[in-house]
Amino acid sequence: MNIIFGVVFFVVLAAAALLGACAGQSTLVPIDPPPKSAFAAASVERGAQLAAVGNCNVCHTASSGRPYAGGRPFKTPFGTVYSTNITPEPDTGIGRWSEAAFVRAMREGLDREGRHLYPAFPYDHFTRLTDEDLKAIYAFIMTREVVRAEGRANELRFPFGFRSLLSAWKLLFLERGVFQADSSKTAEWNRGAYLVEGLGHCGACHTPRNRLGAEKKREHLAGGEVEGWHSPALNAASPSPVPWTAGQLQMYLATGLVDGHAITAGPMEPVVHNLSAVPERDVRAIAGYLAAVAGAPSERRQKKARDALAHAQREMAAYPLRAPADPSVAAEAGQRNRSGESIYFGACAACHDRGREATSEGALHLALGTVMTLPTSANLVRIIMTGIIPAEGEAGRFMPAYANELTDAQIRDLVDYIRAYFARAPAWDDVEAEVKKVREELSAANANAGG
Amino acid sequence: MVTLNVNGKSHRIEVDPATPLLYVLRDHLELNGAKFGCGLGQCGACTVIADRQPIFSCITPVSVVQERRIRTLEGLGTMEKPGAVQQAFIEEQAAQCGFCIPGMILRAQALLERDPAPSHAEIRRHMSTNLCRCGTHMRILRAVERAARAMKTGGPMRDTEGSGR
Amino acid sequence: MMDVIARRMSRRRFLASGGALVVSFSLAPGLFAAKPPGKEDRKGAKLPGSLHGAPMLDSWIRIGADGSITVFTGKAELGQGIKTALLQVAAEELVVEPRQINLITADTGRTPDERYTAGSQSMQDSATAIQNAAAQVRAILVDLAAKRLNAPQDSLTVRNAAIRAADGRSASYGELVTGETLHVRAEHQSPLRDPSTHTVMGQSLPRVDIPLKLAGVAIYVQDLRLPGMVHARVVCPPGYGARLRAVETGNVEKMPGVLRVVRNGSHLAVIAEREYQAVQAMRALAKAVSWDERPGLPPQKDFYSHFQRLPQQERIIVEGVALTGAPTLEATYRRPYQIHGAIGPSCAVGLFKDDNLTVWTHSQGVYPLRSAICEMLNFPEARVRCIHMEGSGCYGHNGADDAGADAALLAVAFPGRPVRVQWMREDEHAWEPYGSAMVSSAKARLDGAGTITDWQYDVWSCSHSTRPGPAGNLIPARHLQTPFEPPVPKPIPQPTGGGDRNAIPLYKIQNVRVVHHFVTAMPLRVSALRALGAYMNVFALESFMDELANAAQADPVEFRLRHLEDPRAREVVRSAADRFGWSGYKKQRGAGRGFGFARYKNLAGYAAVACEVAVDRETGRVRMVRAVAAADSGEAVNPDGIRNQIEGGIIQSMSWTLFEAVTFNQSRITSRDWGAYPIARFPSLPDSIEVHVISRPGQPFLGTGEAAQGPTAAAIANAVADATGVRIRELPLTARRVKAAIGL
Repeated sequence: MNIIFGVVFFVVLAAAALLGACAGQSTLVPIDPPPKSAFAAASVERGAQLAAVGNCNVCHTASSGRPYAGGRPFKTPFGTVYSTNITPEPDTGIGRWSEAAFVRAMREGLDREGRHLYPAFPYDHFTRLTDEDLKAIYAFIMTREVVRAEGRANELRFPFGFRSLLSAWKLLFLERGVFQADSSKTAEWNRGAYLVEGLGHCGACHTPRNRLGAEKKREHLAGGEVEGWHSPALNAASPSPVPWTAGQLQMYLATGLVDGHAITAGPMEPVVHNLSAVPERDVRAIAGYLAAVAGAPSERRQKKARDALAHAQREMAAYPLRAPADPSVAAEAGQRNRSGESIYFGACAACHDRGREATSEGALHLALGTVMTLPTSANLVRIIMTGIIPAEGEAGRFMPAYANELTDAQIRDLVDYIRAYFARAPAWDDVEAEVKKVREELSAANANAGG
Repeated sequence: MVTLNVNGKSHRIEVDPATPLLYVLRDHLELNGAKFGCGLGQCGACTVIADRQPIFSCITPVSVVQERRIRTLEGLGTMEKPGAVQQAFIEEQAAQCGFCIPGMILRAQALLERDPAPSHAEIRRHMSTNLCRCGTHMRILRAVERAARAMKTGGPMRDTEGSGR
Repeated sequence: MMDVIARRMSRRRFLASGGALVVSFSLAPGLFAAKPPGKEDRKGAKLPGSLHGAPMLDSWIRIGADGSITVFTGKAELGQGIKTALLQVAAEELVVEPRQINLITADTGRTPDERYTAGSQSMQDSATAIQNAAAQVRAILVDLAAKRLNAPQDSLTVRNAAIRAADGRSASYGELVTGETLHVRAEHQSPLRDPSTHTVMGQSLPRVDIPLKLAGVAIYVQDLRLPGMVHARVVCPPGYGARLRAVETGNVEKMPGVLRVVRNGSHLAVIAEREYQAVQAMRALAKAVSWDERPGLPPQKDFYSHFQRLPQQERIIVEGVALTGAPTLEATYRRPYQIHGAIGPSCAVGLFKDDNLTVWTHSQGVYPLRSAICEMLNFPEARVRCIHMEGSGCYGHNGADDAGADAALLAVAFPGRPVRVQWMREDEHAWEPYGSAMVSSAKARLDGAGTITDWQYDVWSCSHSTRPGPAGNLIPARHLQTPFEPPVPKPIPQPTGGGDRNAIPLYKIQNVRVVHHFVTAMPLRVSALRALGAYMNVFALESFMDELANAAQADPVEFRLRHLEDPRAREVVRSAADRFGWSGYKKQRGAGRGFGFARYKNLAGYAAVACEVAVDRETGRVRMVRAVAAADSGEAVNPDGIRNQIEGGIIQSMSWTLFEAVTFNQSRITSRDWGAYPIARFPSLPDSIEVHVISRPGQPFLGTGEAAQGPTAAAIANAVADATGVRIRELPLTARRVKAAIGL
């Protein structure tokens, strides 16, 4: 079966590639880099807000690189793709791109010279943007600080290095077209939909992808994975013990913390950071749309939520007297993991229970946290091992990293215990693998940092 | 009852296993090197080494380090015979109030054991877990670099087993 | 160490130490004119330094029959290296090795009362006293030796704590000193050694405390362990003015190791055998208590305009003519509340035994603390002793005194065993006294030649000193059942000043008017933070100088020199600028240079800082790339010590200037950990900091510890303006603020 699929796949691709090669994509004429004065301040400002929703700076900035100068690696099943320099530098950036070239890139995934762009750049979302918004984003991008930085060559496995194959991919998966409002919905819903499905490209992380790396349309916002982190389902399959209200979603997006739900960690951190520059009404619209996507919780889910809340309240009242709030649950969890229980009390409880004031109210109470209920242990493992640490000089919640303090086995025990006691859910089976993955990433980071 | 190996010596201590290592080191074993700075894993004044890893002893329950060799400031050297890193800090006069310095020394020791010739950038990155409020940072960096040079010429880094409590 | 007795006194030194010109004195070799006790010189001259308050020589120096030398100082080691410097001074004048001296610091039971170790006064006060006392002790010993050895004074040599005659006969210090030999009043004149003969002073002697600290020897009060010691933790109220409504202590009292729960009004604490037991009990107790909170904190939005309208007193500091008509330039500057944030939170140990209370504390002032504790407990002073042990950091009036008061209260509540109180990090962040928020406005007029003719400066600030002293300045005392009320704040008068410290420009300006608006309401707890008002005032003045230089189209350094007459100030400015490469500097996009200068309090150490910053236009993030400073502290007893203090001051000020602001809501301080109140870490450091120390042997010692704070802030702000073309006048210069100012 797989062989047949493989052969068909290859034939289709080859045909498409041939088609693509024959059709030829046009080169758009390079322009002289426009001076900053060519763009109205209002347009630039509007573009800045839109770019914040789109998180351009996140993907197009390397970890120790200059903003928008590219070079950030994206590991895909096909190899590593590096983001490009989108500063208005004439030779290494997009300084010679006309507005038309920019718009075409955003909507059709083609660079100025007509080469296909890899959909790690989510033009399958940006294709929805209006002319007006694209114009503003262009004004913003073209007025950034010029940085001369050669792009890094992608490292893709054969045959994915052939960009012409992407014409096939686009045939199959790219639905071009500006966002169309749904007249049966409110203006705010439509605004939210436009932002989420377009610029926000939430689905790029929060939707599972098929074998060809495209979002599975039928599982829209049903959860995904990015850089080792699990992106939770935002639809009705949301694993959150207590369903999010629109207001809570808005608070999360605006501040990064909602007690009783979650704290931003990993790839969501820069997204929330950017959203703080976005007008409140847009954040509210995004939250409202996402709440609508999740839909009204079922009766069953509401009952589970009430139960979880009650458990959480008892739990929060109990510490630090060590008399467990739910003796039967604790007994079972502790049984499963006596070591984990001891580690939790020694390493975590001080901040995550009564000691929350010690961390300027930043330590999430675990009883309701979404992380515990995800289908994978990946996020909890990562948070435990790498912490949540604000950027230098920035105020923020601070959780230390426990990678050195705990051995792999101890992390596993702790994760098992947390899953058992707080989520009251069956054990994850991927804990050891996730721990190992993070260890490897940390060693690699240490090795790279030297020199 | 927990068993801890600290600076080469084994101790059996009657204590709640959830107790952070910092309190056991200070209160039970009466070692002064590791200091209470925040108890939150944010400042590094409590840094000690477990096997080869620098850890925040304030957020590490003793139960998890029973199988590991713990080293504190006292295990690196004494007044009469300071260890290489301590010596380097003294030579650079890398201290003002000095409160953060033991944690800095332990953090640096762990780095130099792993990477005997770290770059300046790597030292900065590695030490970023530890806070200093007096502004002694430049001297601390120079001391770490000095220790690296001294250890290089003095031969491979050996940890001082049994050289103290 | 060889020495020949000074044949004549160094006249310059003489004048400097006396603090006033003493006209009638004898230049007889080696001997000073004895004066009848109590008779003052002409013009009412005071004894040098702290000798004024403690005139008996043996208050400062004792020599045992075994030759052991003990020197006493009422000052405390804060990590600024004062112990080492004082040892150098004493060793020099006593002609011994520093290691032959045992130095005892601040202890109400043993040392003179030198009030607080603060204000960078230690060298001026204590070193001066010790230097003079030691010189006079040496002279006494020489005199005694001459008599005993029956030899003329100028044939004697002093070496190794002994005095030798030409024929080799000698008498050791120990042999010479008996009973009350040193129990004599100090004289106004001292046969100080000629600076050109110094072998110890002026050397960068390695700090004597560092090797001990780096070996884990118990130096800090946090490391003090006494037999039978127990551990306490205080459950702090959630915010100012909160009152304890009810507490259920039953469960906590049953917890392992708990010895007692102590409550006095809203002061609540728990004592346990083991430290972590105390911590756990504290957490349990915190859950079992309910508070009546009193929302009374100012709004964070529009805070400064609210601040400027608080009740205040207007104090005219320099009576000049108010500027009428349009000034050439005017500007308003702002600074938020900022914390000390010592790495080690405050700690103290108290022991109440046999009716006597001893408190080991890292307070900057053990004598004033003792008075405050006595007032709080209604104890006579004779029954209370406060002993200084080092703490972490310091940087002013932090939580040390409060922890001392906690220890006193709990020791009395639990007599017979030493009680150790350790503050938690979140409590330190929330309860320590802050550096006051400040607003200032500057106005000036330039003439056609680009010289400043008129200068008007108004500064609004709360108190910069609420030290005990009065018990009402101790937080625990405010929480008692019968609380002590905070005393009415009083401004520190000029020339030192508080909020108006360094509000008067050192520059020569025809017409200067300076008004200090002393804000008497204190919505947040405030007191002395390193440099006091000088940090903000120098930031403002020096930023304004740059703005004026810009208006005059003059180079910022040249513009300052245009208005500086003091040759030492000029030298410090030129030195920093030259070593930075100021005139040859080539600006690159995204980078800029800035300059800041001040003479601390206009009478202590001089410091000039030149720095380069890089500003990322996208994020607004500022990074100091390099800094070059020049400092003049008079005679440099330990040049490396000065360098250390200036470097440290530059980095600390950089952290304040780029990152720091206390945050609060209506009822509580919300910046309670290092996450919510970030400070500089290693990645923020510049590539290099150079400090050039200008030493002036023979000149009075000038306080240095706080000299770099203000100039650094100004240098950074000026460099940011140079790099971005945008002037930011509100601290801190966070990435967000800079980005907002730069725009897109």
